[in-house]
Amino acid sequence: MTDSAATSSKDRPRVGLFVTCLVDLFRPSIGFAAVKLLEQAGCTVEVPEQTCCGQPAYNSGDRVDAKALARRTIAAFEPYDYVVAPSGSCGGMLKEHYPQLLADEPEWGLRAKELATRTYELIAFLYDVRGMRSVAARCTGTATYHDACSGLRELNVRDQPRALLALVAGLRLVELPGAETCCGFGGTFCVKYPEISDRMVAAKAEDVVKTGADLLLAGDLGCLMNMAGKLKRDGHQVAVRHIAEVLAGDLDTPPIAAAKAKG
Amino acid sequence: MLTTSPAFKDNAHRALGDPVLQRALALLKTGFHERRQRAVDRLPEFDALRDAAKAIKDHTLAHLDWYLERFEVNCRAAGGQVHWCRTPEEARQTVLALCRRFNARTATKGKTMIAEEIGLNEFLEENGVEPVETDLGEYIIQLRHEAPSHIIAPAIHLTRTEVAETFRAAHTDLDPARPLDEPRALVAEARARLRQRFLDADVGITGANFLIAETGSSVIVTNEGNGDLTQLLPKAHIVLASLEKVVPTAEDLAVILRVLARSATGQDMSVYTTVSTGPKRPSDLDGPGEYHVVLLDNGRSELLGSEFQEILRCIRCGACMNNCPVYGAIGGHAYGWVYPGPMGAVLTPALIGIEHAGHLPNASTFCGKCESVCTMHIPLPKLMRHWREREYERKLSPRTMRAGLKLWAFLAKRPALYHALTGFAAKLLAALGRRHGSFYNLPLAGGWTATREMPAPQGKTFREQWRERQHNAGTAR
Repeated sequence: MTDSAATSSKDRPRVGLFVTCLVDLFRPSIGFAAVKLLEQAGCTVEVPEQTCCGQPAYNSGDRVDAKALARRTIAAFEPYDYVVAPSGSCGGMLKEHYPQLLADEPEWGLRAKELATRTYELIAFLYDVRGMRSVAARCTGTATYHDACSGLRELNVRDQPRALLALVAGLRLVELPGAETCCGFGGTFCVKYPEISDRMVAAKAEDVVKTGADLLLAGDLGCLMNMAGKLKRDGHQVAVRHIAEVLAGDLDTPPIAAAKAKG
Repeated sequence: MLTTSPAFKDNAHRALGDPVLQRALALLKTGFHERRQRAVDRLPEFDALRDAAKAIKDHTLAHLDWYLERFEVNCRAAGGQVHWCRTPEEARQTVLALCRRFNARTATKGKTMIAEEIGLNEFLEENGVEPVETDLGEYIIQLRHEAPSHIIAPAIHLTRTEVAETFRAAHTDLDPARPLDEPRALVAEARARLRQRFLDADVGITGANFLIAETGSSVIVTNEGNGDLTQLLPKAHIVLASLEKVVPTAEDLAVILRVLARSATGQDMSVYTTVSTGPKRPSDLDGPGEYHVVLLDNGRSELLGSEFQEILRCIRCGACMNNCPVYGAIGGHAYGWVYPGPMGAVLTPALIGIEHAGHLPNASTFCGKCESVCTMHIPLPKLMRHWREREYERKLSPRTMRAGLKLWAFLAKRPALYHALTGFAAKLLAALGRRHGSFYNLPLAGGWTATREMPAPQGKTFREQWRERQHNAGTAR
């Protein structure tokens, strides 16, 4: 590691927050919830210059641009002890895909691999790395949780969010049948094949409504926007939030796609 | 087989609006999907077996030429013959020449996807040989002049009602008022129809789930027993197999069989596992007089050593499509060629060209479910991404998509400009969407907003707020 050792210690690591472009643009409150949680977990949070992880290019077959963005991201985040993203999708891109994408470049391949070992999805980081076992937040109601695909299958985020949600005072968690089935977002997929995407999110919305929960949580904003947009269009009153908002106790911000509260 | 893969979007549109198909697909979840999981849960060493099976196929593919030659030598030693065919045309001509040698008027057929791949049925019909499908699912779709919609359950797009209607329309000599509500009645009727066809057939054609190099045998795995009658009763048994079906030894086969049926139908073993080695020997009570193996390449050898090699590990269990949410929404026919679902999205472009099959590897959310259930640990999303790369390199992807992507990448590599624009867009959209919190309609996002709301941004971007916060913290100090 480079000069970061000068300002970080084992007890108080420096975390570079990978905000993600969707959170930056659509829902900064998730980013601030992440900052709050990371600070509660004893980390110093910094936000280096960043744009996008490059996933849209990578998944569209444009390796040249994907690599260019990957190199930028790696360079920006190397100085930190950890890289943490409030998204399994972007976290998976950095942790699983950068090393593959840059495998044919000797220097960058190694740097990608090295950074991958220090990169985490937010909830997994809090629970697995920082050992978070208490949650200060309170939230009255019944919630259900959707396992966003990349976090689940690329980063093994499954038990950690459930364990932390169980510690939220007042919250009852009901399991979502088919929680591990894709919601149909899929990045550019929802734009390229909107009809198929809609069928998938319609099925998901139906499952969510059947649970009777008044709150739907997940760890990826893309999926959340898709599900929230569908639930709202179909007239369902389920509030949709990123799990970090609930764990950080930020319930004043209106739920995703909801109108601002009057007054 | 002709492809409608280029019309994937239209195919999918029709599939989504087809109530019969949608009813049939709803059963997938409770059928294959859950049965596989229960079978896997029953066998603690499933994952270890899976790893072993993968290693066997990897080893075989690394020495494919050697094992294929061993197969040929041992097949000939047992009295069989091997026909190497590079193209579908060579394979069709080989089969037809064999049918002619036996003056075949009818050929019974067990399930074979290779026959679909080379368009064998149409070709035989044009040349005066009547192909008779004997697998129940294949028999049903042959009556309906349809293609299979699933690699192990060809008629999965139909429900019992359609099958009963099909039988009433085809078997006009039977009492129109006969009850056909129970699956048992349908099976009995098909069985009765097929019995005489088995006895009349001059040639029997089957696929091969596996070829065994050390014994020169072919292996079929079935549940109905039709395959056995197809290959034992006629004068000649023709096996259609693609190159990658070979495994080194019977012991290797045993390992793979332990994971195949569990992944496919959730059975511990399928009802019949039939190993065929050469023609009838003098001491055998029955069996075909001749035994021929048609070995088809059709572009597969070009996958060896390429980034797509891993798809050759596929043992056609169908778990990827059974668990795929896209397949679950649109069924198999929408994919427009022989192999649907995730494995088809990787294999089809290799066999018919990415210029025809470009939609297939694109119509995936990369949710990763297919890879997680793949018996052979094939990284299907990764291979689909490789096809997208080929497509992008050859500029086959839609021009508007490429232009949009280029613009986005241009901005993402210029943070100052990127932040200026996203900052502006966030505030503008937030102001416009303030009242409702979302958009009912948004330019350039019509596909999304046609059926769902587009959530509105909160206002200032995270970056702007974070900078303000840092600044305030600085001045407060």
